[in-house]
Amino acid sequence: MADIVIKNVSFTYPNGHLAVENINLEIKQGENVAIVGQNGAGKTTLVKMMNGLNKPTLGDVFVGDKNTRDYTTAQISRSVGYVFQNPDDQIFHSTVEEEVRFGPAYFKLPLEEENRRVEYALEITGMDEFRNTNPFDLPLSIRKFVTIAAVIAMDTDVMIFDEPTAGQDIDGNRRLAHILEALHEKGKTVITISHDMEFVASYFDRVIVMATKHLVREGTPKEIFWDFDSLEKAMLKQPYVSRVCKALGIEGNVISVDEAVDRILNK
Amino acid sequence: MSTIMECKNVTYQYPLTDKPTLKNINIKIEKGKVYGVVGENGAGKTTFCAVLRGFAPSFYQGELQGEVELEGKNIVEYGGDISTRIGYVFQNPFTQISGVKDTVYEEVCYGLENFGVPVDEIDRRVREVMKLTNIESLAMQNPFEISGGQMQRVALASVIVLEPDVLVIDEPTSQLDPEGTESVFEVIKAMKEKHKTIVLVEHKIDLIAEYADEVIVFKDGEIVAHGPTEDILSDMSLLKKGVNLPQVAVLCSKLKEKGLPLEKIAVTDKEAVRVIEKALKERG
Repeated sequence: MADIVIKNVSFTYPNGHLAVENINLEIKQGENVAIVGQNGAGKTTLVKMMNGLNKPTLGDVFVGDKNTRDYTTAQISRSVGYVFQNPDDQIFHSTVEEEVRFGPAYFKLPLEEENRRVEYALEITGMDEFRNTNPFDLPLSIRKFVTIAAVIAMDTDVMIFDEPTAGQDIDGNRRLAHILEALHEKGKTVITISHDMEFVASYFDRVIVMATKHLVREGTPKEIFWDFDSLEKAMLKQPYVSRVCKALGIEGNVISVDEAVDRILNK
Repeated sequence: MSTIMECKNVTYQYPLTDKPTLKNINIKIEKGKVYGVVGENGAGKTTFCAVLRGFAPSFYQGELQGEVELEGKNIVEYGGDISTRIGYVFQNPFTQISGVKDTVYEEVCYGLENFGVPVDEIDRRVREVMKLTNIESLAMQNPFEISGGQMQRVALASVIVLEPDVLVIDEPTSQLDPEGTESVFEVIKAMKEKHKTIVLVEHKIDLIAEYADEVIVFKDGEIVAHGPTEDILSDMSLLKKGVNLPQVAVLCSKLKEKGLPLEKIAVTDKEAVRVIEKALKERG
């Protein structure tokens, strides 16, 4: 179990740039959370503190009972996996399978367990068909799934996906949704950064809104996407279907197409 | 409107591959229009862009059959001058940044310097474009030390500053937040107002619905649909061909299925509000 507790946390980069300021946040084991906000709001800096890649300049980050200050990134990353925004920052093997196998092999698990994890990760991400392919022969959007598979194979309690929806087509988004659901069922904590508001509205229980280094608000998608004050602060927009309902004067904080259909027909 | 570019029976195969990536492409691109190019990843969208600009086959090698024409003349005949006529913004901004300039300002100047434009004019045009693309504050930064989203805007600026007649833009907003994305579309709109022709690959379908005049749908290397934006994006059968459709179009389609008599399937939120309001009023 690895609840994440962030207490009065600020982070300043070595060049003096303050990226995150005084954030308090708790994410329980098993939650499925989206983080939204503008480029430069501090989203990536914040999540990198959750797996120890960044250590807070002020305040404390706890993963389970471990204060990340007292442990190395390698130790923390046994509990918290992070999929980089740019897959090319992460990939360094010449086949998809080797890339995915690296993590579990590093843990020196029994071979049977190592194989089980590798096969599960390849299958759930749809990367089994590319197992012998060089990751760099795959398009960027598919390469992202290789890095997701590599982190899933580590079988950490918490998994962080940084902008997995960037450049994805409809099939890629469906595949992501399927992965999120399967991990959630296994009791994993999944934290996803995304700019795709329709995707966030459809697949998450809890949304964290960040703007200019701060946490603006957290809540359910229904709460967030009808809180115009928070949306404005974070320069975000409602999903399109919500915009239509708003203009039509439909109540009920609609965020999905099916809900909108019901509400409009019963108006 | 007049045809500015045309593909005639174009088939293209990359080197070391066993089948063509583009198959029998026939299309006329009309001057002054914005074309949205959509379809699943791997369908041939980026290759289509590379063929329009002539990178395939001149740079990527491989084999091209058929003809790609600019104003009735094969693009091969333009030689190096083609770069003054067709601008190309790469999907990956890392590919675009020259690597020989130390600041964003110099990077945006680079193309005009190569064209031998007078210094005063370079400065004027670069300042104007940096303002338009909202990168003025980055002027003195190293182009490789800015964020992915910022780099995408620098890449776009360094191409539109050349004022080519045709702009081919491959997924310019993949790294951008919603606000940054809309600002890129505003830039595209401004280019359209200058009568530029724009071919744009983009997954954010709701924005294609708002800004594109026509949509071209690729699947498995072929054009499977092409026409006015509203006609194409209201066709629910495309969902089965790997094409995302605007959320409001799906909404309208479902309302219609359930018996609400909408005059059409709208593809933008404003149109959706109008047709739904009208249908509700008529229903009483």
